[in-house]
Amino acid sequence: MSDVSFVRTDMLPEQDPPGSEVGAIGWLRHNLFSSWINGIVTLLSIYAIYFVLAGILPWVFQSVWNSGSLTECREIMTATWGQTHGHACWGVINERWLQLLFGFYPKELYGRPILSLVLLLVAITPILFNMISRRMNWFLLVLAFFVTAVLMDASVFVWILRAGFAGATLVIGYQLVTLSGADRAEQIAQGAKRLPNPLMFTAIYPFLMPWLMWGGTIWPAICTAFGFVIGYLVLRFGKAYMSELLTMIVAVAAAVIWWLVLSGYVSSGLSSVLPIGIEAVQSRQFGGFMLAILLGVVAIGCSLPIGVVLALGRQSDLVVVKFLCVGFIEFIRGVPLITLLFVASLLLNIFLPPGTNFDIILRVMIMMTFFSAAYMAEVIRGGLAALPRGQYEGADSLGLDYWQAQRLIIMPQALKVSIPGIVSTFIGIFKDTTLVSIIGLFDVIGLTQAIRADTSWNGIYWELFAFIAFLFFIVCFSMSRYSMYLERKLQTGHS
Amino acid sequence: MSELATARTIDRSKMQVSEEVAIEISNMNKWFGSFHVLRDINLTVNQGERIVIAGPSGSGKSTLIRCLNALEEHQQGKITVDGTVLSNDLKNIDKIRREVGMVFQHFNLFPHLTILENLTLAPIWVRKTPKKEAEETAMHFLEKVKIPEQALKYPGQLSGGQQQRVAIARSLCMKPRIMLFDEPTSALDPEMIKEVLDTMIELAEEGMTMLVVTHEMGFARQVANRVIFMDAGQIVEQNEPEEFFNNPKSERTKLFLSQILGH
Ligand SMILES: Nc1ncnc2c1ncn2[C@@H]1O[C@H](COP(=O)(O)OP(=O)(O)O)[C@@H](O)[C@H]1O
Ligand SMILES: [Mg+2]
Repeated sequence: MSDVSFVRTDMLPEQDPPGSEVGAIGWLRHNLFSSWINGIVTLLSIYAIYFVLAGILPWVFQSVWNSGSLTECREIMTATWGQTHGHACWGVINERWLQLLFGFYPKELYGRPILSLVLLLVAITPILFNMISRRMNWFLLVLAFFVTAVLMDASVFVWILRAGFAGATLVIGYQLVTLSGADRAEQIAQGAKRLPNPLMFTAIYPFLMPWLMWGGTIWPAICTAFGFVIGYLVLRFGKAYMSELLTMIVAVAAAVIWWLVLSGYVSSGLSSVLPIGIEAVQSRQFGGFMLAILLGVVAIGCSLPIGVVLALGRQSDLVVVKFLCVGFIEFIRGVPLITLLFVASLLLNIFLPPGTNFDIILRVMIMMTFFSAAYMAEVIRGGLAALPRGQYEGADSLGLDYWQAQRLIIMPQALKVSIPGIVSTFIGIFKDTTLVSIIGLFDVIGLTQAIRADTSWNGIYWELFAFIAFLFFIVCFSMSRYSMYLERKLQTGHS
Repeated sequence: MSELATARTIDRSKMQVSEEVAIEISNMNKWFGSFHVLRDINLTVNQGERIVIAGPSGSGKSTLIRCLNALEEHQQGKITVDGTVLSNDLKNIDKIRREVGMVFQHFNLFPHLTILENLTLAPIWVRKTPKKEAEETAMHFLEKVKIPEQALKYPGQLSGGQQQRVAIARSLCMKPRIMLFDEPTSALDPEMIKEVLDTMIELAEEGMTMLVVTHEMGFARQVANRVIFMDAGQIVEQNEPEEFFNNPKSERTKLFLSQILGH
């Protein structure tokens, strides 16, 4: 009989794990060769990777960079390797890469899309990385402006700009270097004035960007922005006279009336009186990867808020609102994007009054935004469904109203749950921008045809598509990595 | 479950029931679709009362107290909370929700906010309290529930008992005049039940008006001044705790007590 009574007299100390469990050997054992099957799979996979790379790498790196045409390239290949098979002709990229990036945008104005892109990055930094300090953000912004001013043709005005931005850059830069973040936080706690919120610039950017890209006078951009000001003012001061819902409706109506009816006259009037502006660029000159980014950024930026509204509308108790949202979502999701693009390019002309000038890129932007907003709404609805009812009840029991509860409690969590789906939708719509080549816009895919139409590059496919794939991969992969970073950052459970 | 909720003697000096009516429910009926879940409920609660509501699962206890802050809508009868008649008017509902705190079985803390943010959210957005003042109040109540050191953690990093105490503190930050508890200890391990009950007892000792749905009969005996027994959507019996436990009148109550006290 064993003795069931037992009392431990000394506690066991912690020991290191055995050597076969740690370090490189341990890792290999665990992950690659944990069993016979695993070992075989590992070896097969290594062979498969070798096989693929052995085909691709020589093609990429044993290649011809300097050739003005496909025939010339093939001559060089035969001279060097004795065959034309298995080597890339990067000459076409070397010669046409600017065109692939910018389409037919005027060469001397390339600085404008580049500046737009740089400013875009500055504008979205405070949204993407909220731990970056205000000082840093403003530093990046004034630096971008300073560099722009340096690159502009010199005039008295430009010299003033250069001096101004140089000064601002130096002041903020000096502060950044000499005053640590902790000290600055201390100063702010002591009541020092903070720099203005950099989101201010983010709010201005959507109006600045079209002006930079399309040029012309500054007035259309300002008038468009003014519509939002009108809407805001109505919201702000209308509440005293009307119910909340009515105020919202009036605000939207006022803004829409301004945009559709009045702003056109006002801006053309102002433009003829005070023609402040830069050289205009026509929409058909837009193209290349720039067009993909332009369409992608607009569709991504607008589809998220519209998607949120649609998802909320779909859950609404107001039957009409619900019906409209469901109808919109189901209709847009049920139709191929190509059809919507054809509607944008051809059909709209039938419905619009003759003579209206409704820019083709703007139409495409609207269609792509609608398309991705419909998908976005469903992704967010999934996130909303994942929230326990208790979150709504917790918010309600504390007396938060509907919009407060949505903004502070529900949406932050629903959006967090939906991050993978949201980013997938973003990536999807970004890649779908290449479809616009079908309606005659010269995006990258459209440009490959234009390039092949040139006799010197007739018949070249692989190199162009590889380059395009590379461009898209960089952007899409960054988005994917960012979403993983964000998910990690928002993780608040057990750490 | 029949043991006492606390070993110490309870300070009853502030546990005074005043004449002022806090909640008045008259002829209230509620249906879920065609299911008659609450039937002809009449109940008056005075300021300072501690009422325990007991009853078998599905008897409508949760539904009853959720009607009091309009988390559920009632179809017939009149509910007056703190002088405000509960109607469909959103203004009234918001007013009542500001005065009535609620603690749920599953805490319902906001997992994406820190404990401090959980506590200051409603004071800042609903009561428009300045942030600094709201944070001071929050720290005061966190100290009261004895977890000030957790202020900057997230709910997911706390134990169940701690989370429930945070939930109580979160309600208190709104300075409510009435507190509703819906099975606040049912989702907790035994060792954590005690710490939550302690917090609730302290609250009672300060004179808070409390309606508590619970199976903790020890709490009912020691703290409540009235126990209500519900079954099938009706109030079957109500009495002072002594009488209720020692001398139940209705057969249903006897059956329920014998099951829950394990006699
Ligand atoms: N939202 C609802 N819809 C339909 N029936 C419900 C809903 N909530 C609760 N019920 C039903 O109402 C009855 C009472 O529920 P509840 O008040 O939660 O009981 P208790 O809290 O006493 O256990 C139960 O039969 C339950 O199934
Ligand atoms: Mg219940």
